[in-house]
Amino acid sequence: MTTTTIPKSSGGANFVGALWREIKRIPPVYPVFLVIFLAVSYLNPTYQTLPGIFSFLRRAAPMAILTIGEMMVLVSGGFDLSIGSIVTLVTIGSSMTLHNDPNLALSSILLMYGIGIVIGLTNGLIVSFLRVPSLIATLGMALLVKGAALYWCGGAPKGYFTDNWRFLGRGFFENVPLVGQFPASLLILIIVAVITFYVFHRANFGKEVLAIGDNVRAAQLSGVKVHRVRILVFLISALCAVTGGILIGGYGGIGTNVGEGLEMQAIAAAVVGGTLLLGGKGSVPDAIFGAFTLEALFSLLNLLGLPKPYRDAVQGLIIIGAVAYVSLRTRGKR
Amino acid sequence: MSTTAAPVSKPQSFFKSIHIPPIFYFVIGIFVIGMILDQTAGSGDILKNPVILTNVFVRSVALGIVAVGQTFVIIGGSIDLSVAFTISITSVMTSLIMHGDPANVPTAVAAVILIGIVIGLANGLIITKLGVNSFIATLGMALILRGILYAAFANFIGSVPRSFETLGYGTIGPVPISIIVLLLVVVVGWLLLTRTKLGAHLYGVGGNKEVARLSGVRTDRVLIAAHIFCAVTAVLTGLFVVSRLRSGAPWVGTDGLYDLESIATTVIGGTALSGGKGGVWGTLGGVLIFGIIDTVFNQLGVDPFLKNILKGAIIVLAVASYTIRSKQEVA
Repeated sequence: MTTTTIPKSSGGANFVGALWREIKRIPPVYPVFLVIFLAVSYLNPTYQTLPGIFSFLRRAAPMAILTIGEMMVLVSGGFDLSIGSIVTLVTIGSSMTLHNDPNLALSSILLMYGIGIVIGLTNGLIVSFLRVPSLIATLGMALLVKGAALYWCGGAPKGYFTDNWRFLGRGFFENVPLVGQFPASLLILIIVAVITFYVFHRANFGKEVLAIGDNVRAAQLSGVKVHRVRILVFLISALCAVTGGILIGGYGGIGTNVGEGLEMQAIAAAVVGGTLLLGGKGSVPDAIFGAFTLEALFSLLNLLGLPKPYRDAVQGLIIIGAVAYVSLRTRGKR
Repeated sequence: MSTTAAPVSKPQSFFKSIHIPPIFYFVIGIFVIGMILDQTAGSGDILKNPVILTNVFVRSVALGIVAVGQTFVIIGGSIDLSVAFTISITSVMTSLIMHGDPANVPTAVAAVILIGIVIGLANGLIITKLGVNSFIATLGMALILRGILYAAFANFIGSVPRSFETLGYGTIGPVPISIIVLLLVVVVGWLLLTRTKLGAHLYGVGGNKEVARLSGVRTDRVLIAAHIFCAVTAVLTGLFVVSRLRSGAPWVGTDGLYDLESIATTVIGGTALSGGKGGVWGTLGGVLIFGIIDTVFNQLGVDPFLKNILKGAIIVLAVASYTIRSKQEVA
């Protein structure tokens, strides 16, 4: 990367130029999100109010959490295709372990995190030590996990979620100063975002992930413990998936295909958020806004009255368009 | 980077070049284990009844044809996640156009092959000219096709004429026509890869695109050709599927997991996901493993969910069985 020094010119023009350069440095996901969200709030004035915005964020929070985890795996150069199945397993598993008893909520959640840890570690170990490409390893894991979830409940989930369990996904904290109601899922997203932001952007770990995604051999030679980093990345992704699963289950209820296609959506959201596939570039805030952008886009298409199938088609066009735009721009620079 | 199956032109090395990929030992192993399980825990019918054995192959036909196409794009360092929807579109368009009338068969087949060529061309152009990563490009294409498909169709539609069902159910002597079609596709794929310039260039592009380009290979054209070939094999699979189902529905491609399983069988068959290495015979081996597992599980009456658990584990272990020896880090 070369930085060109710009010759100093007189006053005003320089300031405008500097401002323009600053603006150009803002990742495209933010203006895109702003435009889509403004369009949504123009069409549906509810989105202009604070409760409306909170309700949007409550819906988007689980996807944002999934996207953070997926982003980390993508940055390390791999894929995690098992997160959709983990979401399914978490909702089914929770309904099986809750036994309709609110007192079991905490132990059930802890059990799900335990299962998530096992899945994430297994993914990481398979990729690191059996050297199976993550695309295949996590794909196999996805089949296995979904099979296990359906086997566990015998094909159809039993029971229902207790209210305290569902609170995380769809509840609001009442009487919060300044804002009144505050969605619980947004608080979870903020907690996850702060932790992962620290881990990914402030601690050494993030730089190691970027390094192995950029060039494994170079990273290895400069002392990065590649296996450890890779296993941790898959672990983080699985934990994010469990968290997302608890929120999705709380928001939407039980189903055998709640997690279907979520891994692809998370990849799409991460890419919209500027994550480079096959590694080397990514950011936690950009990934979150990638997920928000996708969710806002779905709301927009919904408000425009497009039936769901067209939403898929538009989503496809957008993913291709976003990546083509970035690719053609960087190609021009070279 | 060593590339196996480099084209050899000398006649005496013709037979040497058909070296049996190691995957076939795995096929035999799975087969033997399956038979032992069937004899001890099951009814022991598989060996007694030749129909069940041929069914192993028939089961493999649909997946096998599209897996050959997937092998092409993966050798080229690309991937195609849109095949399942190409198969679905083929199945509904075929039965819609044929509408039970034998006279419409040529029109329908020509139409769906044209659709396949357009999809493959679009995939190839997006990847090469727009510089979109193949994973994202074909995932986007899958979403677009899915949108169109479900916006237009909701259920089974039309039907194929009796004469067309011959493709799925007919036999020449004792051999099912579908198996002959599968073998034809595999042999054509093998000849294209090992006996033509296109094949050699494809290995080059997959091994190192920049080097291939600098040596004068028109890399874009090669990749576009591979994607068109892949989409056309998906169309053939769609034709076979609809001839067995007698009517097309928008979910036949995704329900058959053709996107994921075609990739899995290709990789199990020894084709490197990073490109430049592999071949169609290995893929056929991978497809047979899936066919045998399916048949044995059915004979044993394994719970369908448990089947998925085992299948997931087997995919990973089969790939691991030879990636484990590699010293390279993978992601």
